[in-house]
Amino acid sequence: MTEIAWIDPLLRSARPQALGALVRYFRDLDRAEEAFQEACLRALKNWPLNGPPRDPAAWLILVGRNVGVDDARRGKKSEPLPGDEAISDLDDAESDIAERLDNSHYRDDLLRLLFICCNPDLPAVQQIALALRVVSGLTVKEIARAFLISDSAMEQRITRAKSRVANADIPFEAPGAVERAERLGAVAAMIYLIFNEGYSASGGDAHMRVPLCEEAIRLVRLLLTLFPGEPEIMGLMALLLLQHARASARLDADGAIILLEEQDRGLWNRDLIAEGRALIEKAARHRRPGPYQLQAAISGVHAHAAQPQETDWSEIDQLYAALERLQPSPVVTLNRAVAVSKSQGPAAALAMIEPLAVPLSGYFHFFGLRGALLAQLGRIEEARVAFDKAIALAHTPAEATHIRMHLDRLMKDGELWKNNQKKSIGDVGATRPRTSLG
Amino acid sequence: MLYAFLCCHDEAIVNSWTKEEDDAVLAKRHKVTEKLAAAGRLGPAVRLMPTTTATTVRMGREPVVLDGPFSETKEALLGFYLIDCDSLEDAIEMAKQIGRDENVVFEIRPVKLYLPQREAS
Repeated sequence: MTEIAWIDPLLRSARPQALGALVRYFRDLDRAEEAFQEACLRALKNWPLNGPPRDPAAWLILVGRNVGVDDARRGKKSEPLPGDEAISDLDDAESDIAERLDNSHYRDDLLRLLFICCNPDLPAVQQIALALRVVSGLTVKEIARAFLISDSAMEQRITRAKSRVANADIPFEAPGAVERAERLGAVAAMIYLIFNEGYSASGGDAHMRVPLCEEAIRLVRLLLTLFPGEPEIMGLMALLLLQHARASARLDADGAIILLEEQDRGLWNRDLIAEGRALIEKAARHRRPGPYQLQAAISGVHAHAAQPQETDWSEIDQLYAALERLQPSPVVTLNRAVAVSKSQGPAAALAMIEPLAVPLSGYFHFFGLRGALLAQLGRIEEARVAFDKAIALAHTPAEATHIRMHLDRLMKDGELWKNNQKKSIGDVGATRPRTSLG
Repeated sequence: MLYAFLCCHDEAIVNSWTKEEDDAVLAKRHKVTEKLAAAGRLGPAVRLMPTTTATTVRMGREPVVLDGPFSETKEALLGFYLIDCDSLEDAIEMAKQIGRDENVVFEIRPVKLYLPQREAS
């Protein structure tokens, strides 16, 4: 084979496992990354000649370890590395190491690698950037594009984030069961942030952020492979798949957001929906519902409806009620009220959101929904007041325009509020779990 | 003779294909399989959802239901073809054609019983 394009996917897919193992081995992120980098360069030289190894990750770990050890022994990196003959006979060693790379080690390695990135001292954006750089192996340029900032600014952010985590205590021992569960929770939340960062984008540049969604899906898939019996990880996987399934229907030609009820459902990705629903069903067997599973189930109900009017709103109402019990939050109640307005009418929904007036006094969706419900009840003057308040609370011009555009129709036919607008990363963190269904 | 071609692949690699890479593999395979279909030699071809969607039921005195695939090897069963082949040699040739330029592994097994009872939706 003269083409080396086939090597890329191999290196990409081996990266989390190989780098995770190297971090465990060197107990240093930078050294592990350098060693991995060097191992990749060797792979590019070696694999086209000898063909791909049976287990690319094991190959990279072994070579990375040797390279790293040599570097450390010599104390400098400028000297030439040992010739290829030193690693030409890797087959035996490779199968040997493959035996030892049992699943539980790999599991903790990957979890540790992700966990290092979701250091709570780092702002969410830095956590995400670090994970994309370190775990996914995206280039600084790719990440900068996704965040719509300059390469140098992103470089700076990642460098800063790295020095932060370098000074933090990285937990290298294999975690106990409780700690493992905590890490898993933190890592799942971070992957959700990565997804939302891509998903909440709108405007002409939105397509640049699709890779963030795809990367988040890849990471959670990997996580689920390692934790196949965790219903919340199944739920997160399902949630991301179901939301991503709507990607090509969510934005119009100008990049403006199209509400769920107005999307061309023929554009929804049926494969992703089917996989998401299969996972929801699997997770439900465990009878351990959690926020991700419930949100995925809500998304699944929407996905199941071929037409908006076929949506089973009472089912959605019940799912939100369960979410409310699990994670009481005014925003969840507000979302539930939308379902209630559909299944029981605007009066019931209005009664439900009245107690939210204080906690959500600065939340424009509250006033958007309140206005819509009042309008449906024919209380036009009160509705107008609520709508004005909503516009005053809009965060961005795009948001205001979007809402203004819909307000007229909300007045007209009782179209309801949707939490579909562009969100900043800070908002997402503050309102997690996100309950919007755009 | 009808042969099953069980497509085994490192799932981590398949999952990290970009959509373009995935589409390219399918398009490449399609070139081979459409000829087989035209010749009436292609039976059902199936691509399975990822093993993360798999559930394993192990029968015994008490059936045990487990999350995940039956075997946790790196190479997982990701799909299969049924193809009418003249001989094993012919079947091996088919596998080489379908899998050209990929790292896929085909396990070729003659089919013992074939009950085409349902058109997949």
